[in-house]
Amino acid sequence: MTAYLLKRLAISLATLVLASIVVFAVLEILPGDPARLMLGMNASADQVELLRNQMGLNQPLLLRYLHWAGGLLSLDFGRSYTYSVPVIDLVRERLAVSLPLALIALALSTIIAIPVGLFSASRRGRAGDTISMGAAQLGVAVPNFWFALMLIYVFAVWLRLVPAGGFPGWSAGISPALKSLLLPAVALALPQAAILARVTRSALIEVLNEDYIRTARAKGLPYRTVLWRHALRNAMIPVLTILGLQFAFLLAGTIIIENVFYLPGLGRLVFQAITQRDLIVVESVVMLLVAAVIAVNLVVDLSYAVVDPRLRSRQ
Amino acid sequence: MSLLEIDSLSLTIGDTQILKGMELSVAPGEVMGLVGESGSGKSMTALTAMRLLPHAARATGRVTFDGIDILAATEDQMCALRGDDIGMVFQEPMTALNPVKTIGEQVAEGIRWHTKVTRAAAEERARQMLDRVGLPQAKFPLSRYPHELSGGQRQRVVIAIACALKPKLLIADEPTTALDVVLQAQILGLLRDLVAESRMGLLLISHDLAVVTEMADRITILRRGEVMEAGDTARTLSEQLHPYTRQLAQASMHVPARARTHDTSQGKPLIQVEGVTRDYPGRRSSLLKRAAPIRAVDDVSLSMQPGQSVALVGRSGCGKSTLARMILALDRPSSGTIRFRGETITGKSEVELKPARRDMQVVFQDPYGSFDPRQKVEKLVAEPLHVLEKKPTRAERREMVAHALHEVGLDQRDMDKYPHEFSGGQRQRLSIARAIITRPKLVVADEPVSALDVSIRAQILDLFAELNQKLGIAYLFITHDLTVARAITDEVLVMHDGKIVERGKTTEVLDHPQSEAAQALVAAAPDLHRAIARKMQEQG
Repeated sequence: MTAYLLKRLAISLATLVLASIVVFAVLEILPGDPARLMLGMNASADQVELLRNQMGLNQPLLLRYLHWAGGLLSLDFGRSYTYSVPVIDLVRERLAVSLPLALIALALSTIIAIPVGLFSASRRGRAGDTISMGAAQLGVAVPNFWFALMLIYVFAVWLRLVPAGGFPGWSAGISPALKSLLLPAVALALPQAAILARVTRSALIEVLNEDYIRTARAKGLPYRTVLWRHALRNAMIPVLTILGLQFAFLLAGTIIIENVFYLPGLGRLVFQAITQRDLIVVESVVMLLVAAVIAVNLVVDLSYAVVDPRLRSRQ
Repeated sequence: MSLLEIDSLSLTIGDTQILKGMELSVAPGEVMGLVGESGSGKSMTALTAMRLLPHAARATGRVTFDGIDILAATEDQMCALRGDDIGMVFQEPMTALNPVKTIGEQVAEGIRWHTKVTRAAAEERARQMLDRVGLPQAKFPLSRYPHELSGGQRQRVVIAIACALKPKLLIADEPTTALDVVLQAQILGLLRDLVAESRMGLLLISHDLAVVTEMADRITILRRGEVMEAGDTARTLSEQLHPYTRQLAQASMHVPARARTHDTSQGKPLIQVEGVTRDYPGRRSSLLKRAAPIRAVDDVSLSMQPGQSVALVGRSGCGKSTLARMILALDRPSSGTIRFRGETITGKSEVELKPARRDMQVVFQDPYGSFDPRQKVEKLVAEPLHVLEKKPTRAERREMVAHALHEVGLDQRDMDKYPHEFSGGQRQRLSIARAIITRPKLVVADEPVSALDVSIRAQILDLFAELNQKLGIAYLFITHDLTVARAITDEVLVMHDGKIVERGKTTEVLDHPQSEAAQALVAAAPDLHRAIARKMQEQG
């Protein structure tokens, strides 16, 4: 088990270093001079050159990479060109919205998907299965902003239970903050839950054909008990894989939902930074996301080992 | 009074009739043997008694267990019976246990469910049961996972699960088919003891007539869902009144007629294996340390003459398949050399191996798994042709495939069919056709008949014998089944723990085994003649 853990950890670190090189290199090659952008089209070449020197853009590539990577390690991401504040402050502010949003959406998606998957798999081919999988198909096909608009219409405009958009900040208290995240979380969770339910169903159906399910039934356990005790855990590996991917998506891929609900999240920050060539912000957020994805994958890998004892002893 | 009574049971799945007017009964303390070929409805009979049939199955007739009408019982009543009064053991021990739960959890689970005792009490009983089936605490704590156990050990766990609550009836569906003969004898002995201890009724299902004859008091012979004959084992098998019974018995003992035309004593050997060893790296125990390497094949030397038929016998895990892979140049020895027709094949590149590959082919055990289901027979049988010097034209290729199919007794029109259109025996003929299409000098066959029914098995053995005669192909049969070795080989090599411990003429080795390993194999091998004789004595 220790060997498995250390190996996974080493792979994660190597991936992180590699990713940082790629991110740095790609943004270097991209057209667009940040100094020129900051100063505007009318600035003279001398002014641009001066700013480039100030920003350290004229130093050798390797040195700049090391400087940047070293900064990342000490959480010093540099200053945003456009906002003129430390990037870390921007990111921290945005994460306070995006991270809870992603976690709530992920939890909702899991809570909806796994019971639906279980229900569907246990009634394979019957009406209940057809209906819930039809609904899941719809959930995958319909874009989440449409869900968002419907939710706003029903719960904010019509029932007036929650605000239609905006984020009051955590300083306004936990309850109003959570309230304003609820609809976006549901809108994000529904399509994810639909995907996850389908994955859960197909993984379960495969497991239900295994011989050990018959062995468990021959012990006298009712079908439902067999489903929960024997089938579900064996079907977890593909489900965990999808969960890991979904978390990464929910952290950064939420720009449309953020726009629909006027949420100051990470997605909007990146979008703005890209349009304004604010490379430092883009680099930092991308690296942060890379780190988050790698960390989530590490957790997923470790949870495989928790679920399946064969992985524990093989490595 | 009977424990299990099956009366005019008919079963359909969809439009297919599986059982027709099936009759069978098992009394307490009695062993009932249910014999039949694959697809005859044996397993479905067992699943009907457990009422674990597939959704689409419809059963009519009467099945009573201990006075309870099984077909009319509620699901709750059935759950109360299963695992408590009726236990079941399945064919495939490798997949019958949940891989993510410990053996302790899996044995204790049924005990807790039925008796509502505490976890500790259930685990205590599970412990006793595992001890009883031969998995003592010291080596097999409850915290072991299935993947840490061998096939035979796993089957013991399955038996412990089935017998944990001392059921009145145990149903064992091909419980030893996936095991080697020595393990088979051990598991059968265990079942016999458990039956005697608690006057359990045992419904033993098998395609192997010898196994059933050794074990059963009475026997029921099933064919295409209908009972052909039923009665006392000794009488039924000694008199063989029913033609189908006679056919089964003869097929089980079938020995192909072979004229020994090949002079195997002299001439240039086809295969020479000299001091071959194969080590596999040990399991990594931590980041830096590895366990000692595992020696799968240990300093083996042998030679084979052209046209000679040799059996490599041994228990599962003895290294016989590894040795065969090295002879086929599919694996490299750690040390030692292998020569094919005088040329060294060890350490050669694929290009250099091409001429040798033309002359050696392989037939695998499983006729279902060794074909790509989406390709036509023509393409599948023609697969080895790519090793030929000159690529044949399409017409030539069709001609060669047609010829190979003809040689294995199939029609040349079969080449435009897909594998699923063939039965198991026909598929094994296809794999033989694929093996002989390049006119090889050597065919390695890894358990080529162990997945086949007895009558088909007899035909395939005949085919092997005929091709040996006609084309002068040398065979290396890898098997744990001594009847195959006896039927069709001139020489036997007995392998144990990676070493060849005995070799000689087939009849001599099998009739007078010298080494301990060979003696164990011979003693454990089920033999229909012997079994009938013993039953005659027991049952008068």
